[in-house]
Amino acid sequence: MPREGSPWAGFGAVYAKELADHLTSMRMRVLEWLVVLTGLAAIYAAIQDAKSLTASDRFLFLHLFIQSRDPLPSFIALVGFLIPLVAIALGFDAINSEFNRRTMSRVLAQPLYRDALLMGKFAAGLSTLAISLIALWLLVFGLGLVLLGVPPSTEEVFRALGFLVVAIFYAGVWLSAATLFSIMFRSAATAAMCTIGLWLFLSILWPVLVPFVVQAFVPIDPMRLLLGIPDVTQIYWTQGLSRLSPNTLFMESVVALLDPTTRSLGPLFMSDLVGAVRGAALPLQQSLLLIWPQLTGLIAGTLVLFVIGYVLFQRQEIRA
Amino acid sequence: MSATTRAPVIEAAGLVKRYKSATAVDGIDLEIRSGEIFGLLGPNGAGKTTTILMLLGLTEPSEGRVRVAGFDPVRQPLEVKRRVGYMPDSVGFYENLTARQNLRYSARLMGIARKDADPRIEDALAKVRLQAVGDRRVGAYSHGMRQRLGLAEIWLKQAEVAILDEPTSGLDPQSTHEFLDMIRELRAEHVAVLLSSHLLEQVQSVCDRVALFSNGHVVLQGTVRSLAERVLGGHSVVIVEAIGTGIETLLGSIPGVRRVTAEESGRYRLLAERDVMPDIASRLIAHGAKLVQLSQIEPSLDAIYSHYFQEMSRAA
Repeated sequence: MPREGSPWAGFGAVYAKELADHLTSMRMRVLEWLVVLTGLAAIYAAIQDAKSLTASDRFLFLHLFIQSRDPLPSFIALVGFLIPLVAIALGFDAINSEFNRRTMSRVLAQPLYRDALLMGKFAAGLSTLAISLIALWLLVFGLGLVLLGVPPSTEEVFRALGFLVVAIFYAGVWLSAATLFSIMFRSAATAAMCTIGLWLFLSILWPVLVPFVVQAFVPIDPMRLLLGIPDVTQIYWTQGLSRLSPNTLFMESVVALLDPTTRSLGPLFMSDLVGAVRGAALPLQQSLLLIWPQLTGLIAGTLVLFVIGYVLFQRQEIRA
Repeated sequence: MSATTRAPVIEAAGLVKRYKSATAVDGIDLEIRSGEIFGLLGPNGAGKTTTILMLLGLTEPSEGRVRVAGFDPVRQPLEVKRRVGYMPDSVGFYENLTARQNLRYSARLMGIARKDADPRIEDALAKVRLQAVGDRRVGAYSHGMRQRLGLAEIWLKQAEVAILDEPTSGLDPQSTHEFLDMIRELRAEHVAVLLSSHLLEQVQSVCDRVALFSNGHVVLQGTVRSLAERVLGGHSVVIVEAIGTGIETLLGSIPGVRRVTAEESGRYRLLAERDVMPDIASRLIAHGAKLVQLSQIEPSLDAIYSHYFQEMSRAA
């Protein structure tokens, strides 16, 4: 039976309130400082390194993002680690807190659909993440300008913007996941533990497990074993499985974007190198083409997780 | 215009809600008009809250037809929710926001224009006497104040129908009394009030009509007086306190008195079939006894409810 009225009614009100809540919350303040301080540390270390690089490097500015210096990991590695943390912190109690505060039935008795409540909350979370990431991005750019004294080229700006887009969708995946768990579990602590568990599994355990899984289930070609050549089937399987983790997708696309010399994210064959100039950078368009599947994967992950949560939420009993 | 001649604002016919394992509501018919207070009464788990959620369109009925303010809650929930104020069982608010901020958020959800919202919020807070503490965070509110804030939201909405789920449970007697008065103010504004409660005595005084729930059925429906006549067979209880001799036999001889029980010295409880009070007074005075007290006990819903279920279990 069709229902009447717009599913967007009330969306603006929910969005504005949730965004205000996020931006003024103690939780967000703590996370902002964590992100800013770690980001700054990584950038500072990278700048120390960059000064020793030749000034003739075309992509000096992008080195800020990918350069690592012991004991600190690179900026992108840190961001790849912190984004899920912030996203989970913003999403794990999105829906269940409304039930626990007993505000759910009162809010849903106002003229709005559940759609508006869920979408408003998700959009507010994603906006908060986007605002923080843009602020961090601008901070890095500003620091680079001041400390390096070299302005970035147009291509560098676009590549760095691309990084921002990928980072926002990477955050979207984890925000969707956290929101989904907040719908599935009435206890906020359970939802948080489950999301953090999933995150740790996918970002730390999964990359370690994948080679074992492949060894166990994908038979190795005996000819190649004899000749000591790596088996391409196994490599494909390893890559395919490890790409189930959003962390892998994020790191691959970011590396391809910020390091223009990246020619392939999979095995590189001799045929790929025909006519190539060693160490030469790819044009931006080619780099984008390279990460297209990864980016699509991240967007699809965000959507799929959100849709599952949406369906579950629509079917949930509202009585507290 | 009396309440009975107005068109009903809530109509439900043959309402059924089945869950996987159980039937929560099993064929309920209701008709509620504006300007009346209708009580859904019965023990916890009898299906009151489920019925309310179906009226609001927050739960889909398995069977049956509902109309609220002329709209179908299943297909036009936004129209229904624009006109119906709902206060859930132990209502919750955002604890970190003040009462005014909470109402401002509600006002935005209701689609009230920003410039109209503030005066309406002040009005609503004044109605429930929370104006002085409107800038305090709700986290510091007592249970009674939260309940009143819930009522303020209904005033803010200028609802045609107010649905209150267990509004007085957990309130102390003084707050209950005040809260029931506030509900009467809603009725005075021609709002149809539907309230549910398991505390029969408390809401008896405020309800114009009641429906008694049991296991998903409405077992009795009507005014408290008409229910008393039907269930208790039109009998009333009269208390007589008098000083003198042979009073018990004298009372027993009055036509219309069915039974006399002596309670304590000089105090008798009578079961009467008609209004026997004038007869009792004149007979006692003629007999030379001193009449200390003569009063009729209003039939209580509690008595009706327990009597009804005694009858039912006896019949079964």
